[in-house]
Amino acid sequence: MSDIATVVPPTPSRRGVNIKPGLRWPLGFLTAAVIIFLYYYLDTYFRPAIPDVLHNFVATWLPLLPINEALIYAMAALGLNVVVGYAGLLDLGFVAFWAIGGYTAGWLASGFFFNQDIRFFGSAFTLNQATGGVHITVWLVLVAAGLLCALAGVIIGAPTLRLRSDYLALVTLGFGEIIYEVFYNGDNLFGQNVSNGNRGISPVDSIRFFKFDNTGAFTWGDVGPFDVLSKFVFFVILTAIVLFASLRIREGRLGRAWLAIREDELAASMMGVPLMRTKLSSYAFGAVAGGIAGVAFAVHVSGVFPDRFRFDISILLLAMVVLGGMGNVWGVTIGAIILAWTNSTGLPKAQSLITDSGSKEEVGTILALAGLGLIIAGVVLFLRRRTAPLLTFIGVPVTVIGVVLFAAKRDVSFQFLIFGAVLIIMMLFRREGLIPEARTRLVLREPGRTEAEALGADMVDLAPELERLPDENVHAGGSVPVAPRALTGEEEAR
Amino acid sequence: MTQTTAPVRIVAHQRSAVVIRKYLTTAAAVLILLGVAWWLVTSFINDPKLFLSSAVVGLQNGTLFALIALGYTLVYGIIELINFAHGDLFMLGTLFSGLIISSIFGVVKSGATVGGWVIFLVALVGCMAFCGGINVAIEFVAYRRLRKAPKLAPLITAVGMSFVLLFVGLLWNGSAQKSDWRSVLPQGAMYPGGVRIEYKAFVVIAMTVPLLLLMSWIVTQTRVGKAMRAVAQDQDAARLMGIDVNRIISFTFLLGGALAGAAGLMYQQVIGTTRYDLGFNFGLIAFTAAVLGGIGNLTGAVLGGVLIGLIKGLNEGVGLGQQWSQTVVFGILILLMVFRPTGLLGQSTGEKV
Repeated sequence: MSDIATVVPPTPSRRGVNIKPGLRWPLGFLTAAVIIFLYYYLDTYFRPAIPDVLHNFVATWLPLLPINEALIYAMAALGLNVVVGYAGLLDLGFVAFWAIGGYTAGWLASGFFFNQDIRFFGSAFTLNQATGGVHITVWLVLVAAGLLCALAGVIIGAPTLRLRSDYLALVTLGFGEIIYEVFYNGDNLFGQNVSNGNRGISPVDSIRFFKFDNTGAFTWGDVGPFDVLSKFVFFVILTAIVLFASLRIREGRLGRAWLAIREDELAASMMGVPLMRTKLSSYAFGAVAGGIAGVAFAVHVSGVFPDRFRFDISILLLAMVVLGGMGNVWGVTIGAIILAWTNSTGLPKAQSLITDSGSKEEVGTILALAGLGLIIAGVVLFLRRRTAPLLTFIGVPVTVIGVVLFAAKRDVSFQFLIFGAVLIIMMLFRREGLIPEARTRLVLREPGRTEAEALGADMVDLAPELERLPDENVHAGGSVPVAPRALTGEEEAR
Repeated sequence: MTQTTAPVRIVAHQRSAVVIRKYLTTAAAVLILLGVAWWLVTSFINDPKLFLSSAVVGLQNGTLFALIALGYTLVYGIIELINFAHGDLFMLGTLFSGLIISSIFGVVKSGATVGGWVIFLVALVGCMAFCGGINVAIEFVAYRRLRKAPKLAPLITAVGMSFVLLFVGLLWNGSAQKSDWRSVLPQGAMYPGGVRIEYKAFVVIAMTVPLLLLMSWIVTQTRVGKAMRAVAQDQDAARLMGIDVNRIISFTFLLGGALAGAAGLMYQQVIGTTRYDLGFNFGLIAFTAAVLGGIGNLTGAVLGGVLIGLIKGLNEGVGLGQQWSQTVVFGILILLMVFRPTGLLGQSTGEKV
């Protein structure tokens, strides 16, 4: 291992536009949102302004509905990021908070309690129709969902946060399953109907927000189920709030306490960080974001259905956090959007395109050969380097997909394989995620102090604090040129 | 696995708070146990036959849980990893046993024959080898590289592995429930005193108990078992004593996988249906069983498995019903974590300081 930490001075911006480093990502997010909004606004109301080619391409690959869903996933993933990325507590049942948020919307903004008649700036439709139920404005529902989820987070966290990390993972998983089952069987909970069981609560009220009339002019009113563009703006605002909160809270006292606990619990408690309270607050904060995502999802599909709150969503959220880079807000956002898009649009579209064009065999052959090529290249060309296993690990799933495409009679969904492979490959080769946070990178490259001692004397030479770290870019976003030196694990184990 | 916790000095006023808290938790635990006992007694008096029949079904499932839980506990005991893929390995075991019995041997009619028993034994060996082999391969490909990584990394890798195995199951069997496989075990049931006991239950228990004894013999009596215990205690010291740590860990995965394969075969033969996502559920319940008994403790895993099986069977027979079984099992898990995180038979391992 001849890696020497090469510290590259921060290069000045090439085009001369000098944006403060802390503002680059927020501006990028805003620009992307504005571009998408403008495109869809033109596309919907001034259709001739958009060339047909562009229209068809976007309509196939980037419809607005999956973008909205991706934003919701991003909110939930940001919440999970607070728990997993900031505080280092593995939560495998995060979808429970999503469910609680969703059902809060179902209870407080629908005709579910049809015997009641409570209104507070609810949707105009229900007012005119004089339907019963609780109809409260979505902003208050958001607050209520946040409070309820924070409470749920504290309730599940208080007895279990003292446990060791892997037990905690299991307990949260169990909590997620219990919540699902409670809502699924909730049409007869001690004789009460609290959730309508597997039929779910539908429809949930439309929100009062600005929307567009037929000519594209702004109006204020009920956002119907098909006013996707208005919902997009609504979700962008919510995502921006969650983003801002997670960015700011990380810099504050609480956020630094979370990071301290993540990096060394014992040292943190010795420095006076109250462990339980800090961990609980991370749970509560993450739960609030999950609850907001739940309300947003209820708005998105105009209803709440228990089948959407299964374990696989929790794992999908975890994969988003891991892919993007644990602890890095922007990385997680991008990871969430990529995975959500792949899940909802990318994979199904690609697969249906391949099937429809009748070239399954050809594509399968190409993929299988490409995968085999990767494996062979990995083994032959880079036999002694780190790249060899990486190429092989990427090559195997590609080969499998190719062979299955070639040979399978029926359609097989590759979601499981791809997500599993992403998790494994990321953990084996790039634990810090696509857009790593400098601190996380150091933490994840090397075992914690207690773990290092438990492993034995041969790990003593690994001391992350001796690593030279450039002062800039330590915070979110920047990729810091720290040499990957902790190859010890792989080398030893081979 | 037995680290002693560093003595912590507790100031006097803190101590009284600790004592009060201890009494409170004990009182709560006693109350909960009394409630459960009351429920058991009343439901027994209400309908003793149904109660006992449910208990028998629970016992039969419990032995299967014990087999799977042993795989978790073995792996956890040696490298402190929750092998999330273990439940899915069990699912692959059910599929593979169906393949052997229905496709390779072409059994078309259920019912026990002499040939059927031979096929059953062949399938048992085949399944154990198959699942053990897959488990060893998983360890070799993925977990081995992460042995010195922070704990979160192997755990997430295990979740990824579980997804990959789910994909294999989906590819193999499709997303629908598979239920047209035949059983070579004796069909029917006997009714001593009106309590329904299926003949299969005897077979499962008669197959499981020797396996468990064999496992216990391997771990406590043989040379390789001694090596396993040494590796679990301290990998470096074990290496210095000339133990091939990698080989021993592989062997542990082989044992755990083989037990999951045996459980898969028996599940397929007794229940007769399987689905690609079966393993998730079963794996979680089995892991709860392992934690219930005290993770890392072999006897504890068996005890926990049988207990969880009984609780689940009774709940489905005379309790809240099948739609609440996850809640009951995980509720037990959470309560256990609150009141006795070490499990029934586990010793306090403490955080390594």
